[in-house]
Amino acid sequence: MNIPDSTHPACQRRHQRSPFAIGGEKALEWLIRLSGISAILFVLAIFFFIFREALPVLFSERFSLSQFLFSAEWYPTSSVNVRYGTLALTLGTCAVTALAMVIAVPFGLGGAIYISEFSSPRAREALKITIELLAAIPSVVWGFIGLTMMSKLIVTYTGAPVGVNLLNGGIILALMSVPIIVSIGEDALKAVPDSFREAGIAMGATKWQLVYRVLLPAAKNGLLAAVLLGVGRAVGETMAVLMATGHAVQIPHGILDSVRTLTANVAAELGEAPVGSDHYRVLFLTGVLLFAITFTVNITADFVIRGFKKK
Amino acid sequence: MHITTGVKFGVTSHVVRKERAQSAAQWVFRAMALAMIVPLFAIITYLVYRASPSLSWEFLVEVPRRGMRDGGIWPAFIGTLNLVVLSLAISAPIGIMAAIYLNEYARDNWFNRLINLAVINLAGVPSIVHALFGLGAFVYAAQLGYSLIAASLTLAIMTLPVIIASTREALASVPMAFREACWNTGATRWQTIRAVVLPNSISGILTGVILQVSRAAGETAPIMFTGAVFYKAVKQGDFFPYGLTDQVMALSMHLYTVATQVPNVKESIPYATAVVLMGSVLLVNASAITLRVYLRNKKKW
Repeated sequence: MNIPDSTHPACQRRHQRSPFAIGGEKALEWLIRLSGISAILFVLAIFFFIFREALPVLFSERFSLSQFLFSAEWYPTSSVNVRYGTLALTLGTCAVTALAMVIAVPFGLGGAIYISEFSSPRAREALKITIELLAAIPSVVWGFIGLTMMSKLIVTYTGAPVGVNLLNGGIILALMSVPIIVSIGEDALKAVPDSFREAGIAMGATKWQLVYRVLLPAAKNGLLAAVLLGVGRAVGETMAVLMATGHAVQIPHGILDSVRTLTANVAAELGEAPVGSDHYRVLFLTGVLLFAITFTVNITADFVIRGFKKK
Repeated sequence: MHITTGVKFGVTSHVVRKERAQSAAQWVFRAMALAMIVPLFAIITYLVYRASPSLSWEFLVEVPRRGMRDGGIWPAFIGTLNLVVLSLAISAPIGIMAAIYLNEYARDNWFNRLINLAVINLAGVPSIVHALFGLGAFVYAAQLGYSLIAASLTLAIMTLPVIIASTREALASVPMAFREACWNTGATRWQTIRAVVLPNSISGILTGVILQVSRAAGETAPIMFTGAVFYKAVKQGDFFPYGLTDQVMALSMHLYTVATQVPNVKESIPYATAVVLMGSVLLVNASAITLRVYLRNKKKW
């Protein structure tokens, strides 16, 4: 065998990369690092820029924080007595989200259980694709469906005077958050080791007993995280609730009342509020509030998931 | 149920009960899964049915007439296309590089855990909060004004976390042994990424980016206050009607406008707009899914 001579020019060239290649690689790696850090920068930037626009109103004499949080009187354009109370909006958000979850959680978790445990591989694939497509429908289309199809159905079947109300928004939001609950829930069930299932089957358990006695307790953290992420989605949704829940700023008393949510309120009024006015700044403050709510929900979900993975 | 004493493992009443519960549970869960599919088809059918009087090639390529009460949606369609291309041209490189950092370079320390947390958080920020951020940061602070570029930047930041997440997943699916083999030949980290990791994960990365096309196309709230406008006069057949600093029309915004803001719109026009928007989004998604399934079957490891 012919051992190559290390002084041969071809061998020597191989060991030396041009300074440009080395420098270029260094530069690129720095760029990659910078991109990695960018996520943190963006989160901070979002908080900074929204808070910056909102800050001056905190020192305005016509604004009080306790009124902002605990008063239901939202009269931002009143010329006599301006009041910025968001309680009705917060309760609107809570009511719509709660109703959506009442519908979406059983169906979402049931769907996740069916896909993960009962369905055949082919049906599973088809179901997952359908759910992915369901998740892809834009929120403005959902809002439009609420405005037209759903509101007609609600007027026909409940006899409500207007079809755009809490019930409508709840159903639309439920349909929007079901896909996320299904996919995260299915991940959680899939993460339960097969040996758990095998042990159950060896004991003569049926599929249902297995789900109910073994899988649900084992996957409960992941399922909880799925629900939390569904809540996060529902709280943050804007266009669909803007179009489907009606426009009345009021504390809802029944599911056929029109409501307005925090997000819809910002979307509806931001265009009309003069830049730099108190009204404009209060809307940014609402943004800070929303940011804080979803921040808490998402971080909690992440901790729940991580606690689950560690086990 | 009667039990024969001779057979020890016969069907007892307990077994009957458990089998009955099992089949009942299976039916309930199947019904629940179906209950999620039925709305999708019901919605599509309903929208297409109501839109049918307006659905035609002309509807897509014509400009709106009579204050958007008649005519087509060309300016909105092309505006959405501009927004999507521009926003992904910004977010895809940053997102992919961030994912490369997180998956290939980052060690498991507090700082990188913080980045992960930031990504998760960014993904959960409500779209209206993105709108407020875009308005405060790009429109006013950066003085871009209400423009295509401000709206695209806002959309880019919104799509970024999901691109990071999907790219990471694609990178993580490349087996560690591939990298080790390459390192053993004396390749540097970046050479390994370029020669081994990226070629083996590019399809997964692309699928993730394509899925964000539909997300960017469908969002309304973030562009509503940063650059999308109700109406803009555009010549028919013009492919590049918008400059970077112009305001744009967008399909999602157009749907919101004709559905809620303009009185006396021809009945089928909002439906047709919704069908075009949903149709393009679903088409893009379906092709991404097809690509993924095809590539998964082709995968050798």
